[in-house]
Amino acid sequence: MPDLTSLYTAILNGDAKAATAITKEALAENADPLEMVNRYMVPAMSEVGKRFECEEYFVPELLLAARAMKGSLELLRPLLTERGSEPTGRVVIGTVKGDLHDIGKNLVASLLEGGGFEVIDLGADVGPERFVAAVREKNANFVCLSALLTVTMPSMRKTIEALRAANLRDRVRVLVGGAPVTQQWADEIGADGFAPNASAAVTLARRLAAA
Amino acid sequence: MIHPLIRQLTAEGPVATDGAWGTELQARGLEPGECPDAWNLTHPDRVQEVARAYVEAGCRLIMTNTFQANRIALDRYGLAERAGEINRAGAAISRRAAEGRALVFASLGPSGKLLDEFPEQALYAAFAEQARSLAEGGAGALVVETMSDLAEARIAIGAARETGLPVVASMVFDTGKNKDRTMMGVTPERAAEELTLAGADAVGANCGAGIAGCVSLCRRLRAATGRPIWIKPNAGLPRLIEGRAVYTTTPEEFAGYVPALIEAGASFIGGCCGTGPAFIAAVHRVIVQRLPSR
Ligand code: B1M
Repeated sequence: MPDLTSLYTAILNGDAKAATAITKEALAENADPLEMVNRYMVPAMSEVGKRFECEEYFVPELLLAARAMKGSLELLRPLLTERGSEPTGRVVIGTVKGDLHDIGKNLVASLLEGGGFEVIDLGADVGPERFVAAVREKNANFVCLSALLTVTMPSMRKTIEALRAANLRDRVRVLVGGAPVTQQWADEIGADGFAPNASAAVTLARRLAAA
Repeated sequence: MIHPLIRQLTAEGPVATDGAWGTELQARGLEPGECPDAWNLTHPDRVQEVARAYVEAGCRLIMTNTFQANRIALDRYGLAERAGEINRAGAAISRRAAEGRALVFASLGPSGKLLDEFPEQALYAAFAEQARSLAEGGAGALVVETMSDLAEARIAIGAARETGLPVVASMVFDTGKNKDRTMMGVTPERAAEELTLAGADAVGANCGAGIAGCVSLCRRLRAATGRPIWIKPNAGLPRLIEGRAVYTTTPEEFAGYVPALIEAGASFIGGCCGTGPAFIAAVHRVIVQRLPSR
């Protein structure tokens, strides 16, 4: 396995061009794709998350890093599937009904992908019935709900109720997030977890997937 | 050069602007997820009621219900093709409500896209179309507001300036532990410098994280530009109480910060999300009390 610190650095700096070039080169030299993800890409994204949390990075840096990661990941994914490495989990994610804010949700989705999850992104303004249909159809084991408006927080509760009514509640872990959302709200509506930011969402989902 | 209208308006001291439209329309039946701007065509009477209430509260200038009426943001509601109509109607409604007692400063909000998701020319064209339609509807000035990204703000200011109307540019500082950065990481100093360079006649901060933090934001903006400062904070962030979003700042608390804002150099003072006519009336009272009596 070659030393791919340069891949780590490219992702950290949000340099998508460099990240793809290094990935191609490494694959030509028969580097192990799973190892590339675990040893360089995931640590790079957690460092990005850390810098975001301590306000060294802001949304533009986070976004560029997520894209750089996505670029490499697209090259690696076919190889990972070929080898039968299973995704860490299958996530259905969306911003809840009535709410059109999707920047935070998109970041959570990219970081989850970077963290080894298969992500089905339903977009914004997603009604409970669409979450239910996607969970059923894709056989997902995680549902991530995002809300940025106080007035749309109740849509999270409705989505959880709809999952229960469809007898799917026990099959999925429901995680919630977004600026106005708190742990207390997550507990109140019976969600399985809350994450204050994108990197925390990945850590939480990984922990629950392993449990 | 500051546009003469802005210079004239601010020459005699601070001016009370209006408060929120979105939350006022919600109180009149607008549902979450529904397009507020479309109400200019479907419920013009209720929109005019909001505008009217602000005139009655003592605003010398009122805005328009056109915050999301650029074709990129409207496209989320399938209304891109109605951008022209919605903006003309929005400006006309505010003008009718003002009856010459207040100026109409029209609102242009962000596209809702991150800049590189959208070609710059398309963004410019969308803002230019909105600005033109607002001018056709009778707006007296344009306000590029709630911006987080300097690049998008610059594009919108450029497009707005093509109308020849005065242009105010305002960003939202609500990120970081001191709530003194925009979501894209921009500081008030940088914002003031860049917005001034882009040709804004007044620069400012709106929405954000409540009025308390706006005093220092205002001071920092003031120190970084010679342009008049525009401040329009929200009534804090709402809390969910029994299923309803409730803003807990009261009009009196809000107006209590007005002397400090004036001290810090604010020329325009109004409110954003969660503030209503009672807030503005309270702001207006404080401003009038402080004007030198003649
Ligand atoms: C497990 O699942 C998870 C886990 C973690 C999760 C998660 C899910 N989802 C998010 N996270 C977490 O991880 C992310 C990354 O670390 C984080 O995501 P965030 O989304 O928090 O952070 C993003 C990376 C960056 N942040 C953002 O993208 C949001 C930024 C702010 C400025 C914002 C924006 C950009 C917009 N807005 Co809106 N907007 C504001 C915002 C103020 C703010 N700073 O929050 C907020 C959210 N907006 C507000 C309002 C009122 C509105 N907005 C509206 C519209 C818009 C735009 C379209 C202009 C634009 C959205 C563009 C888009 N494509 O998303 C309107 C509503 C439209 C609608 N129906 O949704 C409108 C009603 C305004 C109006 N009058 O029309 C306020 C909501 C107040 C409240 N609590 O109810 C607001 C807080 C502004 C304010 N200071 O008052 C974490 O929360």
